[in-house]
Amino acid sequence: MKTHRYEVVVVGAGGAGLMAALQASRRAATAVLSKLYPIRSHTGAAQGGIGAALGNLEEDSPEWHTYDTVKGSDYLGDQDAIEFMCHEAVETVYELEHMGLPFSRTPDGRIAQRRFGGHTNNITGKPVQRACYAADRTGHMILQTLYQQCIKRNVTFFDEFQVLDLIVVNGAAAGVVAIELATGELHVFHAKAVIFATGGYGRMWEITSNAYAYTGDGIAVALRRGIPAEDLEFFQFHPTGIYKLGILITEGVRGEGGVLINDLGERFMERYAPHVKDLASRDVVSRAMYIEMREGRGIGGQRYLYLDVRPETVNKYAAIDGRTNPDGSPYQVTADDIMAKLPEIIDFCRTYMGVDPVTEPMPVQPTAHYAMGGIPTNIRTEVVIDEQNTVMPGLYAAGETACVSVHGANRLGTNSLVDIIVFGRHAGINAAEFARGASFQPLPSDAADFARQQLDRLLNSKGKERPIEIANEMKHTMFDLVGVFRTEESMQQALEKIRELKERYAYIQLHDHGKIFNTELLTAWELGNLLDLAEVTTVSALARKESRGAHSREDYPERDDEHWLKHTLAWLDEDGVRLGYKPVVITKYEPKERVY
Amino acid sequence: MQVTVKILRYNPEKDEKQHYESYQVEADPTDRVLDLLEKIKGYQDGTLAFRRSCAHGICGSCAMRINGRNRLACKTLVQDLNTTKITVEPLLGLRVIKDLVVDMEIFFEHYRAVKPYFVNDEPPPEKERLQSPEERERFDDTTKCILCGACTTSCPSFWANRNYLGPAAIVAAHRFIFDSRDRAAAERLKILSDHFGVYHCHTIYNCTDACPRGIQVTKAIGEVKKAIMTGSLD
Repeated sequence: MKTHRYEVVVVGAGGAGLMAALQASRRAATAVLSKLYPIRSHTGAAQGGIGAALGNLEEDSPEWHTYDTVKGSDYLGDQDAIEFMCHEAVETVYELEHMGLPFSRTPDGRIAQRRFGGHTNNITGKPVQRACYAADRTGHMILQTLYQQCIKRNVTFFDEFQVLDLIVVNGAAAGVVAIELATGELHVFHAKAVIFATGGYGRMWEITSNAYAYTGDGIAVALRRGIPAEDLEFFQFHPTGIYKLGILITEGVRGEGGVLINDLGERFMERYAPHVKDLASRDVVSRAMYIEMREGRGIGGQRYLYLDVRPETVNKYAAIDGRTNPDGSPYQVTADDIMAKLPEIIDFCRTYMGVDPVTEPMPVQPTAHYAMGGIPTNIRTEVVIDEQNTVMPGLYAAGETACVSVHGANRLGTNSLVDIIVFGRHAGINAAEFARGASFQPLPSDAADFARQQLDRLLNSKGKERPIEIANEMKHTMFDLVGVFRTEESMQQALEKIRELKERYAYIQLHDHGKIFNTELLTAWELGNLLDLAEVTTVSALARKESRGAHSREDYPERDDEHWLKHTLAWLDEDGVRLGYKPVVITKYEPKERVY
Repeated sequence: MQVTVKILRYNPEKDEKQHYESYQVEADPTDRVLDLLEKIKGYQDGTLAFRRSCAHGICGSCAMRINGRNRLACKTLVQDLNTTKITVEPLLGLRVIKDLVVDMEIFFEHYRAVKPYFVNDEPPPEKERLQSPEERERFDDTTKCILCGACTTSCPSFWANRNYLGPAAIVAAHRFIFDSRDRAAAERLKILSDHFGVYHCHTIYNCTDACPRGIQVTKAIGEVKKAIMTGSLD
């Protein structure tokens, strides 16, 4: 077993991890551990844009961005953190541009911006062009640019090292244990500060936009070390995934004027969100789609609807809405405009469905997309471990794996990229500064034991269960019973099923007992993470007897601020999930009814 | 439909050399080849090793040879192959670690050699550096690269000499050389004009055919060659 020593260890190399690494490595000896090659991270799949009130095309302000985000969060987001993020967003987008990020451009050479759901001019209530984009490849460009800068600055990477455990000594983070995929060897990384930037856990659901890698590793590792998970009951279902496959179709399609259409040919969103229609926030649109399909208005009575971005459709509804260009002329698009602004979407639809979005509507259904919850942190990205926000020294988290909380009960489109850049940056700075003022905790002699035990248990398991079957049953269960709409009954049923699956998981059988690239073993370990998080998600959701943002209960259809304007904290104890709560930070915006 | 997937296997802990194994899989015509690999791994043989993540052609993990051509397994549908016999092999020209997993280090080493990052030491403006849509369009094609390795490992010149930087590295350089904001074009052109640079390219077009992102790789290499010859980026 090899032991390494770095002042700062960053776990994960998506947008948050790379941004943290760029900052930390300027200040302290830093290593980045990633189970994928950094440029394979899921940040690269983000499409439509990164929100920042640059005001390049029309009036905008960070205050409006703040309010929209608070409202989008259904008032569960912490307002100090949201305000901080939305103000920092402007500077950090310029910083990305200065790193060479190839944004699309306005005719006068500035960063191009487009409309996105829930982002508005706070005076008129109309959609505002706030999403800074590079065609529909914004995440790809961010990931590439940050990785390029890491190469420029000689950042130290351990590629294809999967972190299995967090080392905690005297109540502080002291490093991590990782397995090197190429050799199967365990490595101990001794550190003064650890940053978790490990992404989300969308692979818990059957239909998802998320990569195979999105198995909630960081949150699950933290839970096993006694750190709670915050607000896991809030998981976003993006309205427009490719039918059956779940592949994301960016909200930018609707930002460019695309509309959702039901079997009767109706633009049904005008009934659910009369002001902003198809650009309501994601929870609202996904629920509307479910209702349409449940009432028999899915296309051909099936479980999908059409997303229509054909130029004739866009122009028809733009005229009805009175949409204009910045110069006041009527908004009109051509097929070439659509192809220039949404090339990836067109490619996905042609490849996977044989549908050409320029001439045909796209079959779409809501797809599990984003974890609003995660490892609880404060505004400084320090991990906090209880109702009093007590900091665990040396441990930081940023990006989708963290819950600051800037997204509350529902994230606005483009804010995930804002989150990873702003909080990734601060995690890097803060962790490095902490490390410079701290000394290494002594490493326990058995530092790798817990990780080794977890792998040995899987390798030595003598049952007949196939991991893939347990995974599929978990995904069906969570998608059908803990999905867009939930009830006490559906969730109880899900909880029983998840507990049954956890028992069966103890009796899986692995075929690969080798050391080199044993991806069967690691996939099975990841399944264990997902099962733990599925249980926490379901228990947290069962307890919350209200509807707020993405957590929509048919038996409690109203938001209940009197009892539930608070964050869930969930601990995974030996005998199950234990819940606690902490207050939401409210500064300027008192909760009020949320109408789009 | 029933398809036969023949996979070139290699387990360094057991096998002396690579060998083929065949699997019968029930498939839909719209299944991705990656879906078939997942089914084989999940239901028939858990020891099968391959890389994958996003499953929709953007992360670049699952480049492999499918029926003799470099493709992404997640972007190749069964119906695209017009046959029920599918042969899957690891990328050529790289050391095989296990089954379909190859050692990418030399590929990334070549990438890092061309200064694949933005260089401009002039103090940045308070806001963004301006760039016209036309200037941005000039290097758009090569920004799409996902570093999957399909191009470089399809190139006979790379197979013959692994010191050749290869198409992917040249694409990475092109993305910066033709960016109006960048200031290190001359350095990159010097790197690419030397012994292991663009002159190993014999315009065979395998790279362009292999690129799952539709990048005009050979054209980009041609533009770099021209810039070296003329000393001009126009």
